[in-house]
Amino acid sequence: MKDAVFDLRAVGVRFGRVNALTNCTLRIRAGERVGLVGSNGSGKSTLLRTLHGLVRPSSGHFEVNAEARQAMLFQRPYMLRASVLHNVALGLLLRGTPWAEAKVQARDALERVGLQDALQRNAKALSGGQQQRVALARAWACRPQVLLLDEPTASLDPTAKREVERLMDEFADSGMTLVFSSHNLGQVKRLASRVIYLEQGALLADLPTHDFFNQPLPDATAAAAAAHFLKGELV
Amino acid sequence: MNTFSSSAETAFSLITSFDPMLAGIVARSLAVSAFACVIASGVGLLLGAWLGVSRFKGRGVVLALLNTALALPSVVVGLVVYLLLSRSGPLGYLGWLFSFKAMVLAQSVLVLPVVTALVRQTIEDAERNHGEQFQSLGAGRFVRGLILLWDERYALLTVLIAAFGRAISEVGAVMVVGGNIDGYTRVMTTSIALETSKGDLPLALALGIVLLGVVLLLNTVIALLRRWREQLDDAAPLVLVHTHRAAL
Repeated sequence: MKDAVFDLRAVGVRFGRVNALTNCTLRIRAGERVGLVGSNGSGKSTLLRTLHGLVRPSSGHFEVNAEARQAMLFQRPYMLRASVLHNVALGLLLRGTPWAEAKVQARDALERVGLQDALQRNAKALSGGQQQRVALARAWACRPQVLLLDEPTASLDPTAKREVERLMDEFADSGMTLVFSSHNLGQVKRLASRVIYLEQGALLADLPTHDFFNQPLPDATAAAAAAHFLKGELV
Repeated sequence: MNTFSSSAETAFSLITSFDPMLAGIVARSLAVSAFACVIASGVGLLLGAWLGVSRFKGRGVVLALLNTALALPSVVVGLVVYLLLSRSGPLGYLGWLFSFKAMVLAQSVLVLPVVTALVRQTIEDAERNHGEQFQSLGAGRFVRGLILLWDERYALLTVLIAAFGRAISEVGAVMVVGGNIDGYTRVMTTSIALETSKGDLPLALALGIVLLGVVLLLNTVIALLRRWREQLDDAAPLVLVHTHRAAL
């Protein structure tokens, strides 16, 4: 493994008769910013869930650096019917932090994402963007070395989107490994240093961001699919 | 029509005159059903939450049996509890037969599947939608069940209303294990059955009206409580006009 956080060799994931991920080989190193792109149902979420240990591979070899603490952010973060502070503190409590200490750390995390004035508000009553920031605080509070994000800015307005992107950028700058999926190619260009392109569960390209967007893909099939995919964004 | 109007009249006079006999029966009915609901909820909430998040071999069979238990005839439950509590039964030594405790036990058994099945469904739906997020935070299955149980507390109030409705409206079980003893185990439903058999239909119907009134009052209180809490929780979204850029 050495400096790798994740090492996948020919990993496949099946849900019943559906191949959600096929023959996926990749290695993600500490500190990388990886953007996952692809159409709906291409396997981005499955790959993220596999990396996070929520889904067990059906085939292949999967290694994860057990020492690297992980956190995951979901497209629609679930907020408990409780205060913002308690929503964040719960994440810490579940990881073994005593409740009093968890609340102190949660307060710091919420300050970090600019929600220090919302500590006692009911988290369910916050806007989508604010909830996503609470979720970011919840993830960040656990001091993860790896942050996985599944379309973190989908359905957010431009201001909220920018705010979440800014936080992701700052987290990554601090040395955190960032793996995120997105349909927003502009966001991928801004945040990722490496792009993994998936279609129908297959990994078609794994390139530095600049190369992915500016050079034709080496494989003809991948190039055709990517051209079609990218065209959808540009039209 | 005469029966209905005279029943309504009788019901009204029974209520306004604070008839001690009626008050005793109403209080006993409420107490039996409330105790039964507390016991059944204590077990059913935990069992339902566990069934909602757990996956094991034979779970489908357990769920099928549980759903079948929803249709348990109350008189059958009464009979089974009677056999358990009868002098020669395994719990005969308790000496509970024809007592308040026997009625509570019978109603608890009757209501337990209702609470368990409805809680199971609520928690399973919540787990399907959000379980992975709690798993991601490090929550094991049982902890997830408890968190979701707490988070769905307002939705579960409806379950408790349904359970209480089932308990207070049943007659078969309490009749069999309670014996409808005047001033001791007589509750509203057994009184209604008795007055009907005696041919005093207006009084029977009047008691029915009182029973419905009591349930309506309870439901209204719970619904108002739920609405009040939800309104308190779901205050207007907070608008934040500034952001904080603390260093990592």
